Amino acid sequence: MISEQLRQYISFDLFPLTSAICVALSCGLIGNHLVLRRQSMMGDAISHAVLPGLVAAFLLASSRSPMVMFLGAGASALVTVGLIELVKRLGRVEPGAAMGVVFSVMFALGVLMLEQAAADHVDLDASCVLYGQLETLFFVAPAQWNELFSVDTLTHIPTQVSTLVGLTIIVITFKIVFHKELRIASFDPGLATTQGIHAGFITVLLMIMTAACAVASFEAVGSILVIAMLICPASTARLCTDRLSTQIKLSAVFAISAAIIGYLLASFAPEMLDMPSSLNAAGMISVVAGAQVALAAVASPSHGLIAKSRRQRELRKTIDIEDLIGLLYRAKETGSPRSTISSITPAMNTKDINQTITNAARQGLITHTDTTLELTESGLQTGAKIIRRHRLWEGYLVDQANIRLDNVHDIAEQLEHLPTDEPDSDIQIDPHGRPVPPQTH
Amino acid sequence: MNPTLAQSVTPSLKQVHDEMPSLREVFDTVTLQSGFNTNAVIVAATLLGIAAGIIGAFALLRKRSLTADALSHATLPGITSAFLIASAMGLNARSLPVLLLGATISGILGVVCIHLILTYTRLREDAAIGIVLSVFFGIGVVLLSVIQSTATSSAAGLNHFIYGQTAAMLTNDAILMGAIALIAAVIAILAMKEITIVCFNESFASVTGIPASLIDGLILALIVLVTVSGLQAVGLILIVAMLIIPPAAARFWTDRVRMLIILSALIGALSGFVGASVSALLPRKPAGAVIVLCAGSIFVISMLAAPARGVIAQLIRHARLRLRIAIDHTLESKYEYPEQHKKRSFSLRAFLRVKGYTDSLHTTSALTQSGIARGRRVRRNHMLWEQYLISCADIAPSHVDWSVDQVEHILDEDLITRLENEIRASGHHLDSNLQETHS
Repeated sequence: MISEQLRQYISFDLFPLTSAICVALSCGLIGNHLVLRRQSMMGDAISHAVLPGLVAAFLLASSRSPMVMFLGAGASALVTVGLIELVKRLGRVEPGAAMGVVFSVMFALGVLMLEQAAADHVDLDASCVLYGQLETLFFVAPAQWNELFSVDTLTHIPTQVSTLVGLTIIVITFKIVFHKELRIASFDPGLATTQGIHAGFITVLLMIMTAACAVASFEAVGSILVIAMLICPASTARLCTDRLSTQIKLSAVFAISAAIIGYLLASFAPEMLDMPSSLNAAGMISVVAGAQVALAAVASPSHGLIAKSRRQRELRKTIDIEDLIGLLYRAKETGSPRSTISSITPAMNTKDINQTITNAARQGLITHTDTTLELTESGLQTGAKIIRRHRLWEGYLVDQANIRLDNVHDIAEQLEHLPTDEPDSDIQIDPHGRPVPPQTH
Repeated sequence: MNPTLAQSVTPSLKQVHDEMPSLREVFDTVTLQSGFNTNAVIVAATLLGIAAGIIGAFALLRKRSLTADALSHATLPGITSAFLIASAMGLNARSLPVLLLGATISGILGVVCIHLILTYTRLREDAAIGIVLSVFFGIGVVLLSVIQSTATSSAAGLNHFIYGQTAAMLTNDAILMGAIALIAAVIAILAMKEITIVCFNESFASVTGIPASLIDGLILALIVLVTVSGLQAVGLILIVAMLIIPPAAARFWTDRVRMLIILSALIGALSGFVGASVSALLPRKPAGAVIVLCAGSIFVISMLAAPARGVIAQLIRHARLRLRIAIDHTLESKYEYPEQHKKRSFSLRAFLRVKGYTDSLHTTSALTQSGIARGRRVRRNHMLWEQYLISCADIAPSHVDWSVDQVEHILDEDLITRLENEIRASGHHLDSNLQETHS
């Protein structure tokens, strides 16, 4: 016996949610390659341009059967891809503009045909092409579990849902079978060709798959979710990793989670806020996918803004300490084992000298009183390394790069912080005539 | 979605009646004599075409065509939130200026988001555009469903911003739209010099004291203005076509910026005018779609027929070059091996005969005096190149023949003299054969 509440969920939410997940997963997987090839907008173009094909198929066959619509939309999508390529090649039009020209003309044609269709009292809704009708995919769930898992239920599955499940299976198979080819053709078409993989053919296959995603999804979720899912999950994943295989797995996770969270928000948030009906689920899923991109852009551990700025702060800290040690080392060379803080401060390019002193002391490089600083044994060694790098760089810049003697100091001041290996060199005097500290082991 | 919307997605300007308009009606409409409201809409659509043509030309030069697409989609959340806020404050939520203000703000927000994504993440422009487009439109769609569930029937009008609708346009709306388009066009013309410099050479612009990023911002702001002014008539999906198609069509006809802008504005104006007029005259012809299809037809004609960059002209040039190469090859081999008679196509023999290089159409026909002269010249160029590539360009002798076959046809006299001098200067002597033909 299925409880009444569960039965209601199955009736109203099971199929829309399944469709949303299927669309998200298949588009998300295909999107990885579009984003890498900088062809993200292809999905946008295709999903707008299916409109005339839909209307034409509908007018010719005068039926709303999904198969007919699928054929019409598919033909339209392929024509669009072909036309874009034609305009780009023959007309030598910039790719973005070529896409814009073709899809907007196709869409305009669709709108006009739709208008004529409306004249014949044909009920074809233009807005569903844009933002879908996920919410209408309900079926009446039976009261018993054993009835739910019977052949009879299968026949009640809406065709949109079975189409989408089929699409997802095809896309996953495509990704697995052509994984190697897709990867090599996305990164290096030239190499792909030399290895006997026809990069152009792979591109065509990818475009067909994109078109299939757009066409199969439009009726359930509308083109807007297709575009969002082609681009957002892949972009989010791209912000989190540098490896393609990880990126693909992550994008699948992001796509599915966006679909679930977005759908739940759209169905249940209005109830909590006391609004009469639910929100548009396709729109909500796009918004969640967008939020994922924003979150990754800020908080991704590898490429997020926070991680980047932390790395930058760490680098700044290291450079400040190295500068301080370098100054103290030079002072020691000229015969003063101790330096006063006030004499060091003007030469340091930092806002907070006290922080730098504390940091250096914590690393055991210096000892300090309230007014004076002194290098420790390990500080001396570090200083020798830094100054050695600095003076060898100066020598290199003067001898090899023909830079004038009075200009090399500032350049070397930056280069000395590069984490290079210990330079192996016999040079003992720098161009200014100062000794190069010997190599330490 | 409510299926009843289907009947009224984009009604045309005219009250629906199904007969064709009379000539008199057509004349009245295109000469602006058929009522003030219709005139205002037609004039506004024409102005919109001009503004979009000019600004779209800059967008094309700056490769920003698809950014315009993202911007126009990004106006939807602005329209819907303006509607929600205005109705919460008890104002007239359907007042056009309020909605357009909302559209402008969210359009600009969209630009800022694209800019932020490009500056602070590793994502490329296409992904940034796609993200902003889909997410902003998604927000708009969600808000639209909020409006439909809370407010009553008053939300229906908002759908027209997506597909565009001229039927419900009031005279004031048309004047507002025309005015915004006019302002955008005037700003674009005033800043033409600076924008052009930035479009072609960003670093030069910076050196001459023109802030490239500021000009870029200006272009994007102008795109937002055009988008907003076209929202009601053309709709936010098709407005991008008015920015992309006219300049792309104009680009086929000219290589000069000034001409490009003028042509693009003309094409835009013509499309706007025709679109709005047709929509006013015929039933169920939504202005936006007709405008775009009109511009699209001009694009197709331009792509095919433009004299220098058009497809037909390119094909003719290509065929001519191939013919010249075929004739040259034939003459060369006939000159070099007069007793050999390869099978050649009839058309090639005919061309040789027409040009006076042979006496008859027969395969075995010998060369005439001028045929011999031309054959000798081709042979000589061939050898010159061969010599040049071997001695001066360090190309292995086995690879030489392959490349000379292709280049010997594009040599001119000056280059040949220079080549001869270069060969002599590099200490190689010219082949006796060459000197002989040269003298």
